[in-house]
Amino acid sequence: MSHRLPALAVGLAVMIVVALLAQLPATAQTPASAAKAPAAAKAWMVPRAPDGKPDLQGIWSDNTLTPLERPKGLGAKEFYTDQELAENSKKAREGNVGEEGELGAARPNAVRYDLELYGFDPSKLRYTSKRTSLIVGPEGVVPPMLPGARERNAEITAKNKGHEFDSYLNRPLSERCILMGQEQIPMRPGANEGNLLQIVQGQGYVSLLHEIDHSTRVIPTDGRAHVPQNIRLWQGDSVGHWEGDTLVVDTTNFTNRTPFRGSSEKLHLIERFTRTADNTMVYQFTVEDPTTWAKPWTAEIAWTKTKGPVYEWACHEGNTMITTILRGARVADAEAAKKGK
Amino acid sequence: MQKQFRNVVVASMAAAIVLLAAMLGGAQAPAYRAPRTGDGKPNLNGIWQALNEANWDLQGHAAGHGPVAALGAAFSLPPSLGVVEGDEIPYLPAAAAKKKENQANWTKLDPEVKCYLPGVPRAAYLPYPFQIVQGPQNIMMAYQYAGGVRIINMGPATKAPGDSWMGWSNGRWEGETLVVDVTSLNDQTWFDRAGNFHSDALHVVERYTPRSADTLMYEATIEDPKVFSRPWKISMPLYRRVEKNARILEYKCVEFAEELLYGPLSKKP
Repeated sequence: MSHRLPALAVGLAVMIVVALLAQLPATAQTPASAAKAPAAAKAWMVPRAPDGKPDLQGIWSDNTLTPLERPKGLGAKEFYTDQELAENSKKAREGNVGEEGELGAARPNAVRYDLELYGFDPSKLRYTSKRTSLIVGPEGVVPPMLPGARERNAEITAKNKGHEFDSYLNRPLSERCILMGQEQIPMRPGANEGNLLQIVQGQGYVSLLHEIDHSTRVIPTDGRAHVPQNIRLWQGDSVGHWEGDTLVVDTTNFTNRTPFRGSSEKLHLIERFTRTADNTMVYQFTVEDPTTWAKPWTAEIAWTKTKGPVYEWACHEGNTMITTILRGARVADAEAAKKGK
Repeated sequence: MQKQFRNVVVASMAAAIVLLAAMLGGAQAPAYRAPRTGDGKPNLNGIWQALNEANWDLQGHAAGHGPVAALGAAFSLPPSLGVVEGDEIPYLPAAAAKKKENQANWTKLDPEVKCYLPGVPRAAYLPYPFQIVQGPQNIMMAYQYAGGVRIINMGPATKAPGDSWMGWSNGRWEGETLVVDVTSLNDQTWFDRAGNFHSDALHVVERYTPRSADTLMYEATIEDPKVFSRPWKISMPLYRRVEKNARILEYKCVEFAEELLYGPLSKKP
């Protein structure tokens, strides 16, 4: 009896400890523990989300000094040297960088918008890669537009000419808070506020919240088929799949009302997201539209992890811009009528 | 020596039994235990939707006329038992009068008609799906209607930088339940089409509890000392959209509200 009692007690204690341990969540392997492994490679390993997929989560900024298109005169030069990069950075910080669009070497501006009002400090901009342009390859510029596309876009402009202020239907989508310029995919940097991107990953989905206009894409990662062809969407339909540690997202089903640099509803967008360091994500996009460009073109932007918060951008709810503009146009009409025009 | 050893063993056995009893007896065993995510939390990932008439009116009511005669019965008020515990919304006297006024003029005043963000808790029971994307640090709730979205911080609670339409959400787990504390909501949203409203002092505590593989129990406690005399509570099931390839789709409804909002400012022909 005196021998069986300790054995029984130990057995019960072991059972209880095992039961308690089973309640604990399984801990994912962390980069720290990976580093502690003996003879581990020094190479950085992408952390894993709880479902084992590469962890792309966080708040990211795509701001950069690198312009979309290669500055004239650089020809096929795809990368700056470290010294050139430092010189360009200095020039850019001393000059004006403009409100949005092409950044790069300083250029004088008659009007300088003070974006610090929005918490954006242009002096904090820096190059996030050595690229001379975001567009990759020997040309580094958007391919020329096909003649058919030029006509198509000219027609759209012609239709609106003289009617720009007739009604809300004639106003740009950004003014209507339907699709802000910077909200439209593919995602391009712009030197203004609302550019933060927050990624949250759950089982089978990666979702991307773009601060501007709280634009959200919840992307399935099972490589499923696109929604039916007759369903056209402002931001198209995005479906994703993993290729190694890269998330590849394929988007089609655009409408013909959101040209991207003159594209049509045939636009096909492929985006690739690869986390290359704790604080760096390489975002690459390829666009193709056989009715607009003779060949596809690709751009690559290095995103930087940043602190939030991501603010709520309630564009439509606070849209006094469009009412003010239309009201002003009606006042102008009334005055013109009075003058007997 | 053997007696000492025996005492130690008996003592640890007793302790172990007490521990076991505490584990089993102290914790309330929930009726359903959801599968876990890789980080050991109840898995709420999925596309969910309320299946009731709460968006028309949180309180119980018989069927009634819709606001637009041309839409006849197709857009009439469906009957409902309501989702408010006790079926009473405890308005302060002045606020009760405002509710009646809201209700009488709801097509002009309801922010839903303008495609404005629905706020919390209304976003949960709009008659459209929403998606929960559950990460360890953050849980996103992406609502189909108006592309509404909010991110629930699952780390240490943080303070809102300011008021917003969808509020500021801090979450935590209580056993099987996701508890979300929502503050800093602006005063612009409504609870339903019946004119039930709130001030910017609104504080909502939500509870999402898995009830079965394809249902959640949703509860929200609403507190607003400027409008209500005491906190009150709504509850309802949320149902998983189980069809293969279920998605939340783009629902940019601004276009559909523009004629209403800006039509009068168009050039007269």
